[in-house]
Amino acid sequence: MLKKISTIPFTDTAEQAAKLDAVIAECTGDVSQLMHVMQEAQNIYGYLPFEVQQKIADGMNVPMEKVYGVATFYAQFALSPKGKYSISVCLGTACYVKGAQEILDELSAQLGIEAEECTEDGKFSLTACRCIGACGLAPVITVNEDVYGKITAADVAGILAKYQD
Amino acid sequence: MYRSHVLVCGGTGCTSSNSQKIIDTMEAELKAKGLENEVQVIRTGCFGLCALGPIMIVYPEGCFYSEVKVEDVPEIVEEHLLKGRMVKRLLYDETVTETEVKGLNDTNFYKTQQRVALKNCGVINPEDINEYIAYDGYQALAKCVTELTPEQVIQIVKDSGLRGRGGGGFPTGLKWSFTAANKADQKYVVCNADEGDPGAFMDRSVLEGDPHCIIEAMAICGYATGATEGYVYVRAEYPIAVARLQIAINQAKKLGLLGKDIFGSGFDFDLHIKLGAGAFVCGEETALMTSIEGNRGEPRPRPPYPAVKGLFGKPTTENNVETFANIPAIIRNGAEWFSSMGTEKSKGTKVFALGGKIKNTGLVEIPMGTTLRDIIYEIGGGIPGGKKFKAAQTGGPSGGCIPASLIDTPIDYDNLTAIGCMMGSGGLIVMDEDNCMVDIAKFFLDFTVDESCGKCTPCRVGTKRLLEMLDKITEGKATLEDLDKLEDLCNYIKENSLCGLGQTAPNPVLATLKFFREEYIAHVVDKKCPAGVCKSLLSFSIEADKCKGCTLCARKCPVGAISGAVKEAHTIDTSKCIKCGVCMDSCKFKAIIKK
Repeated sequence: MLKKISTIPFTDTAEQAAKLDAVIAECTGDVSQLMHVMQEAQNIYGYLPFEVQQKIADGMNVPMEKVYGVATFYAQFALSPKGKYSISVCLGTACYVKGAQEILDELSAQLGIEAEECTEDGKFSLTACRCIGACGLAPVITVNEDVYGKITAADVAGILAKYQD
Repeated sequence: MYRSHVLVCGGTGCTSSNSQKIIDTMEAELKAKGLENEVQVIRTGCFGLCALGPIMIVYPEGCFYSEVKVEDVPEIVEEHLLKGRMVKRLLYDETVTETEVKGLNDTNFYKTQQRVALKNCGVINPEDINEYIAYDGYQALAKCVTELTPEQVIQIVKDSGLRGRGGGGFPTGLKWSFTAANKADQKYVVCNADEGDPGAFMDRSVLEGDPHCIIEAMAICGYATGATEGYVYVRAEYPIAVARLQIAINQAKKLGLLGKDIFGSGFDFDLHIKLGAGAFVCGEETALMTSIEGNRGEPRPRPPYPAVKGLFGKPTTENNVETFANIPAIIRNGAEWFSSMGTEKSKGTKVFALGGKIKNTGLVEIPMGTTLRDIIYEIGGGIPGGKKFKAAQTGGPSGGCIPASLIDTPIDYDNLTAIGCMMGSGGLIVMDEDNCMVDIAKFFLDFTVDESCGKCTPCRVGTKRLLEMLDKITEGKATLEDLDKLEDLCNYIKENSLCGLGQTAPNPVLATLKFFREEYIAHVVDKKCPAGVCKSLLSFSIEADKCKGCTLCARKCPVGAISGAVKEAHTIDTSKCIKCGVCMDSCKFKAIIKK
């Protein structure tokens, strides 16, 4: 899948930079830790902008091409920031046969964005994800840490209404 | 000593429906009533019956409360735990009869199950190593390193007939013997917990419910093959599993069950966790090893096989979680015990994740050779809503489907392969008459196109072309000739792809073509989708005799395709209709039909 690359200018705080430096320092010299460093970096920044990838490449002493290659290979790594509320619609088989596509379409219509996009105000982002393993609750969506199971397209408006702040 | 034990499911399914809050509330309520030293609350792994979560079992009675809500907790504490009266309205209805409350093992869902890999799931507290030890835990490892030679261990595994549970079905003992035969300064054991099959969650449940059995099995494998280090490669999407596994590893290290000189035998074994990052191809063993090494998880050509040159270029044994979960029981109970279960060539049990259009969604473990009919109608409780069973999909994006006509097939590796299907990791998705098989094939192709790593052309380009052909079919633009081309391309991709992902990617198309060709033909020739799924082929219309002229649909239609006077039958202008279905959802008289 092609990843959407953010055009939003990158900013970071001294605290974030220090955290990333510490993670890199712990793993320098061990290339097998590259994914671990990138996962930590994503925890710190919420996504992996080019600036962060470059810093990891320099710190781990690997070419930028390798970091970018890994970042685009794995679904977990995001190249653009998530919204304040990140909505994931499970499109695993169990959810799909129970109508998950309709729920994704409804969310997409109500938020005015496609999957893998973020609303302009930065409030909601929408992802279609693969099985989260809660097949007993199919179809399932998650909003940040909250899980909503056994929902229908008609429930979408009510769920979004809970995240208006 | 506690007089009562309350077991609450802490698997992902039940945690998603708030079981942690139920535990917290229960503990607070017990404290308020002064019962905290009489009643113990334990968070366990998955009980299996996910459809009815959150699940709670109270011992010694063994009564099974289902769909428990946080608000129900005070009543359970007050009535059951304080006054000794079960809360009947919360009991799983199958356990309640006129005269008595039945045990869990007498219900249809559980009675035919035989739990080997899931033995401790939903029984012990997975975060307490002592509970695992109390249930015979680490006995098998002790027996191996103190009484058996590595060759004897491998022989037991070979004799048991255990085959790889990740999908391939390769004999596990044989795999171990290959690695054992290679001399090297360092060897590895890898546990594949990158459960990428959508709809399969048995590996996660084992890691969440019984992490120590995986640690024990990996150490046994290390002893048998001469490896001193192991990696568990687990999906980052499984946070609960990762956390419990880490706790378990720490506890095992503390007790000396991992580390140097285990049981004073001179055998050393250490274990690490590696987090995956969401790439289906990493379920392929060589791709997984490439990923552990910190690279894009692309597969490597074989040979050399991992037993010769695997992780970091060293001999490596890789097995799936469920395969490992069987090992301690095999060592404890013997090869004969294990091979007494199952069919001639598929021994033991298999865990299936039941999902889709079935009443009892959840995890079941049954002897190999159980028929699909028993799984769906006896254990699974049948299809909800009185709908007709159409097919069961197994093996995820690499598998095929079993049509209703073959519902009496005993499920094992060889029978499934014979009908062009595959066991896969054990996801079993049930589909009813409302599911379109062409659409399902397209769904899986969409998945493999996304997940193809791009290294080899047949898979990278071939799957994309397949998807385009399926798109054409579902849009009603294909010809019969395209069906032949579709089949040819499928066979070409199967034969020429580098790894298992590409070699199996056409399976969903081939299987549906084989069993549901008439449905493909309906799309191609009649330009109809019999199940009413493929939007381009649907048209909406209003049945004049049912329409009351309430105007609701005309007001809801986003493109103004519906017209008609008040209290008179309306009509849909199909040239304007975008087939969104809003009219159908809003009509109170069921006057709108799609076909």
